[in-house]
Amino acid sequence: MTQNRDEALDPVVGTAVPGDQIKIRARDINVFYGAKQALFDVSLDVAEKSVTALIGPSGCGKSTFLRCINRMNDTIAGARVQGRIELDGEDVNDRGIDPVVLRARVGMVFQKPNPFPKTIYENVAYGPRIHGIATTKAELDAIVEKSLKRAGLWAEVSDRLQQPGTGLSGGQQQRLVIARAIAVSPEVILMDEPCSALDPIATARIEELIDELRNQYCIVIVTHSMAQAARVSQRTAFFHMGKLVEAGDTGDIFTNPRDSRTQDYITGRFG
Amino acid sequence: MTDAPMSTSATLRQTVEARLKVRHAQERRFRAYGLAAIFVALAFLTVLLGRIVSQGYTTFLEYSLTVPVYVDPARVDRTDISGANFDLLIADQVLGRLGIKDDDFGTQSSKMMDILSNDLGFQLLQKVKANPSLIGKTVSVTGPVRADGALYYKGEIKKSTPEDERKLDNTQLQWLDKMKSMGMVSSGFNTGFLTKSDSTEPEQAGVWGAIVGSTMMLIVTALLAVPIGVLAATYLEEFAAKNRWTDIIEVNINNLAAVPSIVYGLLGLAVFINWLHVPRSSPLLGGLVLALMALPTVIIATRSALKAVPPSIREAALGVGASKTQTVFHHVLPLAMPGVMTGAILSMAHALGETAPLLMIGMVSFVPGVPEGFTGAATVLPVQVFIWENASERAFHERTAGAIMVLLVFMIVMNLAAILLRRRFERRW
Amino acid sequence: MLTWVALLALALFSGATFFAARGKALAAVGGRPIGLHSLPGYYGGYVALWVAVPAALILLLAAGFGGSLEAGLLRSSESSALQALDAQQRDVFYNDAVTLSQGGQPSETVYEGPQKQALADAVSKAKHLRSQITYGALAAAIALALAGVAFAYPKIRPDFRARNQVETWIAGLFILCSVTAVLTTIGIVGSLVWESWRFFQSVSPVDFLFGMEWNPQIAMRSDQYASSGAFGAVPLFIGTFLIMIIAMMVAAPVGLFSAIYLSEYASPLARSVVKPLLEILAGVPTVVYGFFAALTVGPLFREFFNGIGGLLIGSGLDGLGQYLSQVQNQMALVAGAVMGVMLIPFVSSLSDDIINAVPQSLRDGSLAMGATRSETVKKVVLPAALPGIMAALLLAVSRAVGETMIVTMAAGLQAKATINPLDTVTTVTVQIVTLLTGDQEFDSPKTLAAFGLGLTLFLVTLILNIIALRIVQKYREQYD
Ligand SMILES: Nc1ncnc2c1ncn2[C@@H]1O[C@H](COP(=O)(O)OP(=O)(O)OP(=O)(O)O)[C@@H](O)[C@H]1O
Ligand SMILES: [Mg+2]
Repeated sequence: MTQNRDEALDPVVGTAVPGDQIKIRARDINVFYGAKQALFDVSLDVAEKSVTALIGPSGCGKSTFLRCINRMNDTIAGARVQGRIELDGEDVNDRGIDPVVLRARVGMVFQKPNPFPKTIYENVAYGPRIHGIATTKAELDAIVEKSLKRAGLWAEVSDRLQQPGTGLSGGQQQRLVIARAIAVSPEVILMDEPCSALDPIATARIEELIDELRNQYCIVIVTHSMAQAARVSQRTAFFHMGKLVEAGDTGDIFTNPRDSRTQDYITGRFG
Repeated sequence: MTDAPMSTSATLRQTVEARLKVRHAQERRFRAYGLAAIFVALAFLTVLLGRIVSQGYTTFLEYSLTVPVYVDPARVDRTDISGANFDLLIADQVLGRLGIKDDDFGTQSSKMMDILSNDLGFQLLQKVKANPSLIGKTVSVTGPVRADGALYYKGEIKKSTPEDERKLDNTQLQWLDKMKSMGMVSSGFNTGFLTKSDSTEPEQAGVWGAIVGSTMMLIVTALLAVPIGVLAATYLEEFAAKNRWTDIIEVNINNLAAVPSIVYGLLGLAVFINWLHVPRSSPLLGGLVLALMALPTVIIATRSALKAVPPSIREAALGVGASKTQTVFHHVLPLAMPGVMTGAILSMAHALGETAPLLMIGMVSFVPGVPEGFTGAATVLPVQVFIWENASERAFHERTAGAIMVLLVFMIVMNLAAILLRRRFERRW
Repeated sequence: MLTWVALLALALFSGATFFAARGKALAAVGGRPIGLHSLPGYYGGYVALWVAVPAALILLLAAGFGGSLEAGLLRSSESSALQALDAQQRDVFYNDAVTLSQGGQPSETVYEGPQKQALADAVSKAKHLRSQITYGALAAAIALALAGVAFAYPKIRPDFRARNQVETWIAGLFILCSVTAVLTTIGIVGSLVWESWRFFQSVSPVDFLFGMEWNPQIAMRSDQYASSGAFGAVPLFIGTFLIMIIAMMVAAPVGLFSAIYLSEYASPLARSVVKPLLEILAGVPTVVYGFFAALTVGPLFREFFNGIGGLLIGSGLDGLGQYLSQVQNQMALVAGAVMGVMLIPFVSSLSDDIINAVPQSLRDGSLAMGATRSETVKKVVLPAALPGIMAALLLAVSRAVGETMIVTMAAGLQAKATINPLDTVTTVTVQIVTLLTGDQEFDSPKTLAAFGLGLTLFLVTLILNIIALRIVQKYREQYD
């Protein structure tokens, strides 16, 4: 059955994700907000230890798809998700899956940096604390330091960990939020336009960071910038009006799109 | 330091799952606290309203007594009709109908007078005065049973209570039973409660005077607070430059809105009574004090209604050459009007229920009729509630709850009007 | 009456000038309004305003202050026959004179001989003064109205900027209205400070603020009020504080948790049902809560504690049992608990606003980390909303301190410095009401003490409000 579907996965250009590298497997996802349908039969594979970019015009359902992966759509009144999303072969919508565990495994970074109104230290320690990951203060200190270092923020904030996280610059805040997300060592990180509120220099730093994180995490990033998608991602999926138009290796999508809509979108943006 | 122990997903999952039960239990508990809080608040509302209705509904039930009275020429002197004791006359005749003989000391008739309202005697006096030829004839009069008797009929005074712990003794209860079984007593809706004014006799006391007083006072309040408040808000929101003075006025208004109402009473006493000699206990005075109290609320409501009018409308009007004043009066204010009126009605409803400042300005006095005018002595509904609550007779407690029901009906009507207004005119742009 | 007639006449006259001026303006341009600087109505309005406003002001002033002026003038030359009277009797005398001159019912004081003569003189003088004031004002009003015509009418020319002039008048009206709020504050502060100052002439502020004994009844007997301690307000402050604390112990948790549930958990449908119901609870007049406290909650609590007391009597806790079985209706707990119920919707709706102002992105951030809803509320939303919630609670405290009816009806009159919630206490507001209802000698320290209490109350609530409003403002700015 699944095999058939895989063959039917016809929007895929170039090589498909090899079966043993699939981290997330989405099949026939339909999402409704009340009566309005936002996603139509989306099927997509996301590879492990790589960056997958979701692109497409505004309102096409990128964020909606992203929120299906960590079940953030559950928090929206009136939202309904149909279809099957597997994380390591397990259906995330299964009754046996607790969203708390799922969201610990799948971190998320939002468009606008949203540090909690707490100290920098407490922001990063938030996840480990609620999930009981660290048992001693020393362990927690170590996690905070490691996460901030990995997010490339340690050098800038190591001497003011006790100051409010909201006092940082926008770019720093976004890196703080990334540090917060990786502090629990999730398996997947979802990023919804993480750079759209940042200036080019801050954007460049985040992109570097994403590139580094790729070695350890499976990253899905929504972006409006073709250049960014081309720079940071290995695979790209193009959404249009709630449908997945095509997906494949980033290079193939940008140089050799199969669908005219993809072509138009990419060239429109570049031109 | 190594990454190994925590970065493998299996351990993350296990760690999180280990505490999951505890965390979900916390979640359920927290949620239950919230639900309980709401439940408690709504339960209080139910108990409060339920208790008032259960205490007050009997007010609207009236027991009246109809007796034919022979106006005995031996006891009513044609030349001095007012000098005759009609109460005693009626009591004796009721006793006669019940077949009871009085002793020489009149013990029985004075007991009987305790359960007959003096309203009967008063009515008879009026009738005979108006038509002296009734002397020697039989006249039928109808009037309420005295409050304690009515309480017995309503089951509030029980036979099972020991005799010395209740207002009426066994004989009187027997008489009441007998009068009822003889068909002399009829029950019905107590229109008197809504059409009469305060009285020292509970069975004759009504809320009409207080309703009229409240209405007159609210008219004064509305006529002052609404126009002044709306104009002040319009000025501050639309015209005034933002500078230190308008800042002061703004801070001042916000703080005035939170000043305890009793302080306005002190203001009324010191300024309006002692300095400006506005007549005490008058609707005019009450209205003035409540207008000052309502003013900040009206201003704040009007300002938020004006803020809700989009700037595009102002720009459009100014763009076609209207002056600032014309823009505001012809375009902005009319659009803000539903919001303004909602705020005004709500603050008037609040003023209607306000009691404390009115106690300071002499509104607690006993006013047995409808106020004579805006400067005459008056009482208002909430103060009537306060006065009756203080009265020692048990029958007044029932009336207090009854008056509260009337007051709440007015409040609910006003609030509904505000809600309907808000619904009806919600955002036309 | 005369004032009303005069005002009506004035309205008619200024109406006439309105049309006259409008006509003149139109006539000047041959009936084509296009030649005018402003719309024709503005010319009419300009003249009508100059006619009506000054004259109406004079008439209203005479109506409002005529009485005080008359009383003042009446006293300006005092008959020697009054020397035998003390200040209070003199007040009665003049009141009688004024009442008699208006054909009213004087007090029951009997005046003999020269005083009777003086009264008759005063009555005729009062009549005379009144007609002087009334007709003087009338004459002045007529003169002003005519002067208005003379001043404004000749100015009507096609290029006259009538609209700007009228708008200046309107601006004046606006400013007058806005200043009313400031005048109210000045009136409050002025009257409280003035009367309190008079009070502090006879009772030292130190005794008042730190004295432990409150017994204003003593002061009723003359020259005893200064005796130390009778006006020591500390027991009232303690009583007020006790009741406030009890009220907040009910209102803060219940109000806050309802707000949290409504904003974080409840479905839109539940919200739309519960919120109006809470608004009803908020709209119930306080006198109703007072009635409920006095006649339902009070007896209920008393029976409950008496019942427990009855069980304990004879047991190991006999003393406590004895005490509980004698608890009265009017305990601090009753007034405090009912006041707490009254404050629930207040705390809940303020906190609801505050919690809703916390950006959704913070909740999403926390939920996406795998936090449960309650963890999100406790660890992110509430800390973020804390300043605002503190401000809401401060406002509730201010309400509790200033609340009058519930305590007047359900708390006692005994000034006891106790923090026992089962004991009867009295509060600042109760004492203000008690001091000012009934007896009406305005100059006795007893009534003036009410203003001393009022000033204290005003200052305390003002400080609470200022702090709270400051915090709220800062909080709003943070998330705007
Ligand atoms: N909470 C919601 N309630 C109702 N409709 C929603 C909601 N969120 C999204 N939608 C609708 O679903 C569709 C897809 O929205 P989505 O946010 O996924 O788009 P997007 O591709 O992320 O757009 P953008 O690039 O602007 O972020 C849109 O038409 C949107 O209006
Ligand atoms: Mg989006």
